[in-house]
Amino acid sequence: MSAFRLAIINTGAANIHSVEKAVRVVGGDPVVTTSAETISDAHAAILPGVGANDAVMQQLNDRELPETIRDFAASGRPLLCVCLGMQILFESSEEGKLPGLGILPGKVIRFAADLTNADGDKLKVPHMGWNTVRFLDDEVPRHPTFDGIPQDAFFYFVHSYHCRADNPEDIAATSPHGIEVCAAVVHDNVVGTQFHPEKSGRSGLQIYAKFLEFARRTEWRTK
Amino acid sequence: MLTNRVIPCLDVDLGRVVKGVSFVDIQDAGDPAELAELYNSEGADELVFLDITASSDERNTMVDVVERVSTEVFIPLTVGGGIRSRDDMGRMLEAGAEKVSVNSAAVADPNLIEDCARDFGSQCVVLAIDAQRRNGAPDWQVYTHGGRRGTEMGAIEWAIRGAELGAGELLVTSMDADGQQTGYDIDLLRTISDQVSVPLIASGGAGKVEHFADAIKDGGADAVLAASLFHYGTLRISDVKAHMAEVGLPVRPVDEAA
Repeated sequence: MSAFRLAIINTGAANIHSVEKAVRVVGGDPVVTTSAETISDAHAAILPGVGANDAVMQQLNDRELPETIRDFAASGRPLLCVCLGMQILFESSEEGKLPGLGILPGKVIRFAADLTNADGDKLKVPHMGWNTVRFLDDEVPRHPTFDGIPQDAFFYFVHSYHCRADNPEDIAATSPHGIEVCAAVVHDNVVGTQFHPEKSGRSGLQIYAKFLEFARRTEWRTK
Repeated sequence: MLTNRVIPCLDVDLGRVVKGVSFVDIQDAGDPAELAELYNSEGADELVFLDITASSDERNTMVDVVERVSTEVFIPLTVGGGIRSRDDMGRMLEAGAEKVSVNSAAVADPNLIEDCARDFGSQCVVLAIDAQRRNGAPDWQVYTHGGRRGTEMGAIEWAIRGAELGAGELLVTSMDADGQQTGYDIDLLRTISDQVSVPLIASGGAGKVEHFADAIKDGGADAVLAASLFHYGTLRISDVKAHMAEVGLPVRPVDEAA
């Protein structure tokens, strides 16, 4: 019997350690890795990321990981992508030249410079701080990773670009910042959050706990 | 909608939180992790740790602090004080900080902001500016080295330039207001927020709950920071948030954090 193997894909991004700490605190035992073999061998994976599109894609390209991650996603095993990790699921980003993983159709675009709220007040970019997240439960069944999260719970965001999914059914949750910002995506086994669960206190840790629970239940055995 | 953040600032010397703390419900008032947890449970939206360790030889103590706090408290941590290089910033991020603030070193070499933003992303680069009003005019001078050294720079120009260079957030402290408890320097905040589009943290001068709301409503700040007011228990974070909510400002409810 093989133990449950969880890989955190090391994108060289600054939040990798926070993600690892959050996963550990909810009982996970992840391995942080850049090895294609370790990723391919895992039962579930987390793709974190902050910073710039090209910096992270370059890291992945240098290690020939995009194909590994695409294969992993296509295999049906649980994959949780956080912040920039979610953005690179799409095909391209206005933030850089390097294409994304192309696992989800759509692109990543910059917030408009003249962003305003309903009262006409100017909104800041980056979208930074705690914002409410609303799950589109009528359109998309709630993924087990988000079980028990109340509507309009607060999560911590920090980003200047946002995802525009071609398939509206890939959008699982939104958050208001001038526009309805894509806050979470779900496509079968692939889950993404624009916000940082690892910096969102209790609710954020719950997401990691639920993802782990889901991943273990899925009981994928690669070998 | 996006909420206005309330941020306690903790001064750390040789790995210990300094300044008297009069909370009755914690065992060790000097322990950064314990205080961080307390502030977290009281509804802090973020924490700022300012390293005031005088000797650079002993700065590694701060890495341990960040490492330990970020293992226990899962809200954003900003670390500042003594950050001189891209590598200093990298070490703090690796230890678990979400953001790192630069001050004197960025004044000495503005490219530091650009380098750090390119390598780590703008979202983790905070430009801290200590500003003092010149002769009562609506014009502020930048100070470095904890406010001990004046520069030729104007604070407004520096704020604009810092954001252009890639700072993702500004932490602006009014040296005139700091410690006075008579309110934040609203003119300073407003002048900057009118001209810079990145988020602005107001610092220096808070004395009562109304001051926090004023910094946001009148000063255009996105977040409000205070140190001693919270340390000495003069105000609790919940008091500040309750008032902000009362005057119609969006805040993350304290019970979301507990």
